[in-house]
Amino acid sequence: MPISDDLRDLYQQVILDHSRHPRNHGELSGDCIHVHGDNPTCGDEIDLWLKLSPEGGVEDLKFSGQGCAISQASASMMTVKIKGTSKDKATSLLEDFRRVVTGEGQVADEDALGELQLLEGVQKFPQRVKCAMLAWRALEQALGEGSGDVHA
Amino acid sequence: MTDLSHLRADFPVLHQQVHGRPLVYFDNAATSQKPRQVLDVLRHYYEVDNANVHRGLHELSMRATDAFEAARVRTARFLGADRPEEIIFTRGTTEAVNLVAQVWAAQFLRPGDVILTTGMEHHSNLVPWQLAARRSGATLRHIPVLDDGTLDLEALDTLLDGPVKLFAFVHVSNSLGTINPARELCAKARVRGITTFVDGAQAVGHLPVDVREIGCDFYAFSGHKMCGPTGIGALYGRYELLESMDPWQGGGEMILGVTLESSTYKAPPARFEAGTPDISGAIGLAAAMDYLDGIGLDVIQSHGEALTRLAWEGLRELPGVRLLGPASPRAALVAFSLASAHPHDLVEFVNTQGVALRGGHHCTQPLMKRFKVPGTSRASFYFYNTPKEVQRLLEVLREAIRFFG
Ligand SMILES: Cc1ncc(COP(=O)(O)O)c(C=O)c1O
Repeated sequence: MPISDDLRDLYQQVILDHSRHPRNHGELSGDCIHVHGDNPTCGDEIDLWLKLSPEGGVEDLKFSGQGCAISQASASMMTVKIKGTSKDKATSLLEDFRRVVTGEGQVADEDALGELQLLEGVQKFPQRVKCAMLAWRALEQALGEGSGDVHA
Repeated sequence: MTDLSHLRADFPVLHQQVHGRPLVYFDNAATSQKPRQVLDVLRHYYEVDNANVHRGLHELSMRATDAFEAARVRTARFLGADRPEEIIFTRGTTEAVNLVAQVWAAQFLRPGDVILTTGMEHHSNLVPWQLAARRSGATLRHIPVLDDGTLDLEALDTLLDGPVKLFAFVHVSNSLGTINPARELCAKARVRGITTFVDGAQAVGHLPVDVREIGCDFYAFSGHKMCGPTGIGALYGRYELLESMDPWQGGGEMILGVTLESSTYKAPPARFEAGTPDISGAIGLAAAMDYLDGIGLDVIQSHGEALTRLAWEGLRELPGVRLLGPASPRAALVAFSLASAHPHDLVEFVNTQGVALRGGHHCTQPLMKRFKVPGTSRASFYFYNTPKEVQRLLEVLREAIRFFG
């Protein structure tokens, strides 16, 4: 039975691999920011722990959660990209990533996004944008207001 | 299995391609499709008889009123109610629960009373009771669900011996397919003087339901899950009980007389039906009942059982599949989780093959927690579904398992 190209684009091997073997999975202890994100309509959940360096960069971050392959892969790929970046860099990655999955606006720095561009397939599945954005919304909260809850 | 495939001709919506494949509609527990016979009645009503009810002396108003009240009589007969005045038209199950959880609860619940529900309730038969408990100072208790997806009936006796005022439970679980022994449960409550509320959203139109035989005080259902339009459903209530209850919403239709200071209210059911009702909805609902009775509810039920058995047996052979709920007896649905794919990913996959499933918590989050799953994928059947469609589902699932590995 033929599997559509759109579906293959949505579930690329790299994405499935991240969802099966999430990177930076677990919790951070000690002095760190903790954000809980959920999507009440579908039940996806993310817990994000983030430690800022004295200079304000993202020194370390980890996540745990449950949900669809898109939400978990996006979280895993995000942590890989964000770990060790400055706050400003993280914010511009977040903005670019939103452009990638919604298809709205011009991506400022494709090279910086790297693998994250693979989630472009989400554009064809508008109801999945929230899944892809869940971890990023948690990151946005962590970098802005700090610990708290976000609802996709 | 009775061959009911000729009935598919009555459902225009079923004859379409989705993503280049013939549509397989297996989301009937969310809402059913509507036959031409119902659509034609709706059209006829608006083209020929449309007027407001109970407030005109002109020809059309009388016709509309007659048809609307005939729908009430039809609904009473469909449910086995004693009299049509026991039928209150609502938007559906949710509104029916809220009506009782607001009016009855405000009048009869006191601090210390217990509202008993079960661990398998749809949010619509849980959240209104939580609100009622909060307002009245009553507490909420739940009958646990056993591993096989049935209620813990031993715990039930102990719980019922507490200060229970109201026992609300789902007749047929939309998440597990469990058919609860409604008659037995109501009998246990009745001997203790406990008022019963049954959520029949998944039962009415799917198996024979007779409220007198069940012996409940209240029974609620939604028209859209049984070939009727959306926006209409009903609350059945024993007449003496309805008569003892205060009005719900205030407005036109429900009053006898109004002064600037106060009003007197009509008897049930009018007391609970303020404002212009969903006239066409009620008429369409009655048409759906005619249609279903034409097939026979026992025929519908056994056809559903046969399809479900086929799906259940097929799913059991697939690797990494966990089935929820009892093997039998069960309603016409299968709910399962897959080791390699989250329900949303699976539902997305099968959708691109033209198969409509539902994935998620199915408005039963406590139940998902109980079974330690983030959600399930659900295929729910109705009489217009065929064994061939079930085979198609199994084939697509095999492909999905290969894809997600
Ligand atoms: C068991 C059960 N109860 C209640 C409801 C709520 O029905 P409605 O949304 O039509 O009010 C549903 C429908 O999803 C259901 O399956």
